[in-house]
Amino acid sequence: MELRWTDEERAFRKEVRDFIDRELPKETRERMIRGKSPTKEMVVEWQRKLNKRGWAVPDWPVEHGGPGWTPAQRYIFREELMQAPAPQPLAFNTNMCGPVIIAFGTEEQKKRFLPRMANLDDWWCQGFSEPGAGSDLAGLKCRAVRQGDHYVVNGQKTWTTLAQYADWIFLLVRTDPNAKKQEGISFLLCDMKSPGITVRPIITIEGGHEVNEVFFDDVKVPVENLVGQENRGWDCAKFLLGNERFGQARVGASRERIRRLKAIARETMLDGRPLAEDPTFRQSVAEIEVELQALEMTVMRVIANETKRKGSNKPDPATSVLKIKGTEIQQNVSELLMKAAGPYAWVDGDPEAEGSNQWDVAPDWAYGLAGTYFNWRKQSIYGGSNEIQRNIMAKAFLGL
Amino acid sequence: MDFDLTEEQTLLQDSVRRLLADKYGFEQRKAYMNSEQGWSREVWGQYAELGLLGLPFAEEEGGFGGGAEEILIVAEQMGRSITLEPWLTTTVVGGGFLRHGADAALRGAMVPKLAAGEMLLAFAHTERQSRYDLFDVATRARRDGGGWVLDGRKGMVIHGDSADRLIVTARTAGAQRDRKGVGVFLVDAKAEGVSVQGFRTVDGQRAAEVQLSGVRAEAALGDPEDGLPLVDRVVDEAIAALAAEAVGAMEVAHTMTVDYMKTRKQFDRPIGSFQALQHRAADMLVALEQARSMAYFAALAAQEEDADLRRRHMAAVKVQIGRSSRFVGQQTIQLHGGIAMTMEYAAGHYFKRLTVNEATFGDADYWLRVLAGAGGLVAAA
Ligand SMILES: Cc1cc2nc3c(=O)[nH]c(=O)nc-3n(C[C@H](O)[C@H](O)[C@H](O)COP(=O)(O)OP(=O)(O)OC[C@H]3O[C@@H](n4cnc5c(N)ncnc54)[C@H](O)[C@@H]3O)c2cc1C
Repeated sequence: MELRWTDEERAFRKEVRDFIDRELPKETRERMIRGKSPTKEMVVEWQRKLNKRGWAVPDWPVEHGGPGWTPAQRYIFREELMQAPAPQPLAFNTNMCGPVIIAFGTEEQKKRFLPRMANLDDWWCQGFSEPGAGSDLAGLKCRAVRQGDHYVVNGQKTWTTLAQYADWIFLLVRTDPNAKKQEGISFLLCDMKSPGITVRPIITIEGGHEVNEVFFDDVKVPVENLVGQENRGWDCAKFLLGNERFGQARVGASRERIRRLKAIARETMLDGRPLAEDPTFRQSVAEIEVELQALEMTVMRVIANETKRKGSNKPDPATSVLKIKGTEIQQNVSELLMKAAGPYAWVDGDPEAEGSNQWDVAPDWAYGLAGTYFNWRKQSIYGGSNEIQRNIMAKAFLGL
Repeated sequence: MDFDLTEEQTLLQDSVRRLLADKYGFEQRKAYMNSEQGWSREVWGQYAELGLLGLPFAEEEGGFGGGAEEILIVAEQMGRSITLEPWLTTTVVGGGFLRHGADAALRGAMVPKLAAGEMLLAFAHTERQSRYDLFDVATRARRDGGGWVLDGRKGMVIHGDSADRLIVTARTAGAQRDRKGVGVFLVDAKAEGVSVQGFRTVDGQRAAEVQLSGVRAEAALGDPEDGLPLVDRVVDEAIAALAAEAVGAMEVAHTMTVDYMKTRKQFDRPIGSFQALQHRAADMLVALEQARSMAYFAALAAQEEDADLRRRHMAAVKVQIGRSSRFVGQQTIQLHGGIAMTMEYAAGHYFKRLTVNEATFGDADYWLRVLAGAGGLVAAA
């Protein structure tokens, strides 16, 4: 056991931080500090910068463009991005679909898709959930029928995050309706420009447009876009979902929000004193900080374990712990931020929109904090709901 | 103690329920919310016809003679439909200031109009620095001849953009955070020097920022040198109404959730068959029942004459209602899953309203601090 960061790791952290300080556009950083999602252009621009530096796909093997980092380096890199805050490499490309293609895809597919994914020439989205298949993902119905050299896809996906930006969608489809649920599913790559695809926005409770319904009406997908074997798509799905859960810990993101919270608390008053001086407030923040510290060490343990599990395409059930705790912490921080703003969090809309704050009775930083609190309720729902994570743990760890 | 409604109270409850069943479906509400005004004049007119606007005023003044119990009954129904009209600000808060702070002549001039739906009121108290402290007032009032002239800024004035009259707290003496020296003034929203900028709140209500420069007040309500007791009294009544409104909203959110659990199927069975979710829904019911009890307690406590005791009781109400609202609201979303995250589905709107309701006149943390500071509810042995 050696729990300290090595000198190399510390030097690496500095290298990453310096790079971000030098290269991250100011507008992107400022927008993210205000709690808003970066625009499509900001994400693309940033990922290309990372790619040029050889850092766009930290988790991929070197032969596909990965930097060859240790797990600790990968962790440090992501943490530094979150704390900046800077956009992460687009998860759909680099954490979800890319690794699936690397693990299950053909040489052809790797050559064709991976470089474009890394450079964000193609924006990918995740077509898993359906109206009837949420937690019970394997209950999906979207149908693909093979006809000669292509599949014909019919059905609907929903909750598809940022489909409005996407060039490609990776899909779970039912190719054998007679097999057992998990055994008749295939993993397809589908061009969003294919005839027969319709994207319809879903507006979330805070008023944002980040999710969509995607409809497939006789959409043709060439057979060469099948990943892995027909009817074995569930293996890809399980592999992908494990990676997704891991990504939900977001320790750096919570730390960045806590920093923001503390800065805000210095600017706003409670009982005639800055909120930051209030013992009760300080206690609730400190409580979250403790949990976050523990979570960070848990993340490190899971990462260390990952090295031992190398070669296994099965997710580590410990990722469920990360998902549950990581999302609870993020949700709690978002709530503290809203509460720090008190009644000033009530103004709906965008501080940049004209006329919304002309008299300055609410401070600029208060905008959007309630919206984020509302929106982040999603975190305990998606990526496998926190109830489902507990089910996984009860089964996988506890044998119940 | 009798928790059963009298015949008259049942009639009142039924009439509000029928009106809202007819006029406040989810789609209708959405249309009101998205209209320029942000609420429905038509429904407002019907509140007036049912006597809801003049509810707390004596019959001889043109009111309905209702007490805290009647306010509770109506507020709960409005909470069930998460209504958007300025009833709380006009009838409960504005009405409270008129009942406790206006002389007979002023009441005589205003109450009939208010009861008829022709006089909308809003309470302008929040300032940039005040957060939830009603006594923290930087807006100034200075004597001018026989009247008062106001200068300052107020924010988060719920329904400030449609109000005919603003009820404004302003300092007549002392320093910004002194408890003495706060006056309450009635201001014509169209008076010279008043500018009002409306906006939408995160839960779909309307609110406004108000700027006052050299505005001549129409009247002072209560003692202009020492108006805080009046403000506290009125806000305590508003807290009781907000508690009932929250209970109504929680009831519907909870029912909606349980109904959904019975129909939504995953893994080939209703999600309501999963014990983890059953327990959560049961915990929501515990939270709701605790809140309901506290709403009754609030109606009782709002009538308490001892200001200090009343304050502590209302603090307890805010804490319980806030905690319950938070839990029921969050779990309503969680137990529905993704569907509740959408604007097209009612659950999220209840969650948002409950969130803002909790923070109105101070959130649970704020009031816990007040209550703890005052020594709690039970005296030491
Ligand atoms: C903002 C947002 C973005 C999303 N982005 C994407 C995306 O890009 N691509 C994609 O494919 N999907 C996406 N999703 C979908 C997400 O993965 C699903 O919402 C999630 O799987 C839950 O499914 P559901 O919403 O249908 O809820 P349901 O599965 O219907 O669940 C409802 C409730 O029942 C509980 N429950 C269900 N089964 C059990 C059980 N066995 N035991 C105990 N409790 C149970 C759940 O935990 C939940 O509380 C997104 C969702 C949201 C909200």
